[in-house]
Amino acid sequence: MTADIVLGATSIRRIVVEALRDPYAMPALPPAQLDLTLRLLRRARLLGRLAWQLRGAGLLDTQPPVVADQLRGALALAESRARSALWELDRLAWALDDLAETSLVLMKGCAYVLAGMPNAGGRSFADVDLLVPEAELPGVEQRLRQRGWADKKLTPYDDLYYRRWAHELPPLTHVERDVEVDLHHGILMRTARLKPSSPLLFEAARSLPDSRYKVLAPADMVLHSIVHLFHGGEMDDALRELVDIDDLLRIFAATEPGFWAGFWPRAEALDLERPAFYGLRYSSRLLGTPVPATLLAASLVAAPATPLLRVMDWLVPRALFPQHPDAPSHRAEFARLLLYIRSHWVKMPPLMLARHLGYKLYVRLGSAQPDAM
Amino acid sequence: VTAALPIRIGELSSAQFRRRLQGTGLGIRVGPFDVCLTAKVRGFDEPLRQLYRGYPLLEPGQAFSCHLALRNVWRLRPRPGRYVRFAVDGVVPHEDLPSEQALAVFEWSLNLVIALRMHCFLMLHSAVLERNGRALALPAAPGSGKTTLCAALAQRGWRLLSDEFGLLRPGTTSFLPVPRPMPLKNESIQVMQAFAPGIELGPIIPKTRKGTVAHVRPSDDSVCRQQELAPVRWLVFPEWRAGAALSFHEVPRAEGFMRLATNAFNYEVLGAAGFTTVRDVVESSRSFLLTYSNLDEAVMELTALADGDDG
Repeated sequence: MTADIVLGATSIRRIVVEALRDPYAMPALPPAQLDLTLRLLRRARLLGRLAWQLRGAGLLDTQPPVVADQLRGALALAESRARSALWELDRLAWALDDLAETSLVLMKGCAYVLAGMPNAGGRSFADVDLLVPEAELPGVEQRLRQRGWADKKLTPYDDLYYRRWAHELPPLTHVERDVEVDLHHGILMRTARLKPSSPLLFEAARSLPDSRYKVLAPADMVLHSIVHLFHGGEMDDALRELVDIDDLLRIFAATEPGFWAGFWPRAEALDLERPAFYGLRYSSRLLGTPVPATLLAASLVAAPATPLLRVMDWLVPRALFPQHPDAPSHRAEFARLLLYIRSHWVKMPPLMLARHLGYKLYVRLGSAQPDAM
Repeated sequence: VTAALPIRIGELSSAQFRRRLQGTGLGIRVGPFDVCLTAKVRGFDEPLRQLYRGYPLLEPGQAFSCHLALRNVWRLRPRPGRYVRFAVDGVVPHEDLPSEQALAVFEWSLNLVIALRMHCFLMLHSAVLERNGRALALPAAPGSGKTTLCAALAQRGWRLLSDEFGLLRPGTTSFLPVPRPMPLKNESIQVMQAFAPGIELGPIIPKTRKGTVAHVRPSDDSVCRQQELAPVRWLVFPEWRAGAALSFHEVPRAEGFMRLATNAFNYEVLGAAGFTTVRDVVESSRSFLLTYSNLDEAVMELTALADGDDG
């Protein structure tokens, strides 16, 4: 345990937010707080991003060696993952070269990198996420399988889960490489109560110069990030996803004329008002995103009933922020569990949810899995 | 003004040592890494204190490279008993292991943390030693006798830099030391005791996943000089083979390059910087293949090389 620093959840949140908002103040932090900041950002998979910001400001080499080395290490890893993903995109374009008419829309990390967006710097990411029109998905999958991609051995239940209910196919990986390719036909499970229309996403998708790939339109990109956070159930990555949302909102507010004015109508058109409300609310409340007051007010029409909103307001900050590495909090674990269950509740009918969680619990009891590092 | 000499771990009394280990954390400087360790594990403290007594002690409250924690847990599976759980910065990266293996678990886990995190360095999977101001790297896969040969050389006047990691800052060709206790496995323990009767070993730990393990304490000299880099001169790819006659010959640099690049922990992670660094290392050194069964012969051959190489 770090000396003299036993901190509650509020202080942890403050430390993380300060590091995100003003990374250049890091060198002046007292050593023990600097230490805790590094550990928390590593936990939230945001260390590479911090390193990228400090390097850009010429501050990396002025850190104490132990700090600079950690940051350089995290940055080297993030950059190597980005390089692997770009190479995978190159190979995918090669493999799909005779399907020139098929739209291939990049999502998440790969989109930020290929579109040259500033939030891509030092961002850690694992997979290649592609959105493909549903009718063309079988052809794309077949082509990739012919050219060396294969799925991992899935249990029959998992295969059924993907093919019947999910918005993506079982992940494919090329036999010679280790980058996972997720082929999506939508941004939400088929079984979810909200039904964002994929054709609308394709209509608005933007081409990239000199590239086989497209990316989602700005508002759609933000809405997808929001859906991923509030429906994805990947709680370990939750803060990083909120940081994505905050970054995207700030970038598009500055670079896309009419971005704010078009945001809410787009959320309505895509049947994503409720998640959009949550995304704007927590991004502005927790990370200080400068969302126009009029938009925040307008989004209130999609708010849940007051008691439920109170519950969300309690859960989200507790679940999102990393915990003190030496003093994990039961409350935060509880909040994460509830949000995890919620993320399933909103994407499956009750009976299916019961069966799904029952199956997952059964699998988990059968094998004691260690955490990922 | 002269800098104060660092306080060594061994200057703490048993009680002070234990208080740190079980409380605010024991700070240890290991080469370029500042490690903060907490441990509440039966039978772990005293062997650790002996093996690490020469290392600089760090005060809590600074920024560390990593925070490691070991603690005992009771488990029913795979077999009821006391286990040791390892956590790095609050994350548990591998299975709990039997409590008696705690020291080996600590050493492996620190290796794991270095290999997964410290991509600020090119990390060759190699033992590294220094003689006459120049470094010898012994890059080899696990099970090739690298640690045994390394421990033997360290007993014959070579300075230990590492038995596991050849650390280089990208763009440079001098190794950074990261001296650590060296884990001898199975027959190597008796071989080394016969080779160097006075050798200081930690406890014998049976039934680990690599068999019986005992750690050789690194010399005080190698620990005191752990901030002193050594420029690369010799790349020797060793292979121990039962009954083999000594075979030692120089090979073209291209072969050295291929063997070295494929033997790094993070060559791909560093991309172009990994390539240029390996290239520069190979161009600044001579590459050799060594096959041996007799430890004395191998040590003499390498020492003769170091003492006779005027390049």
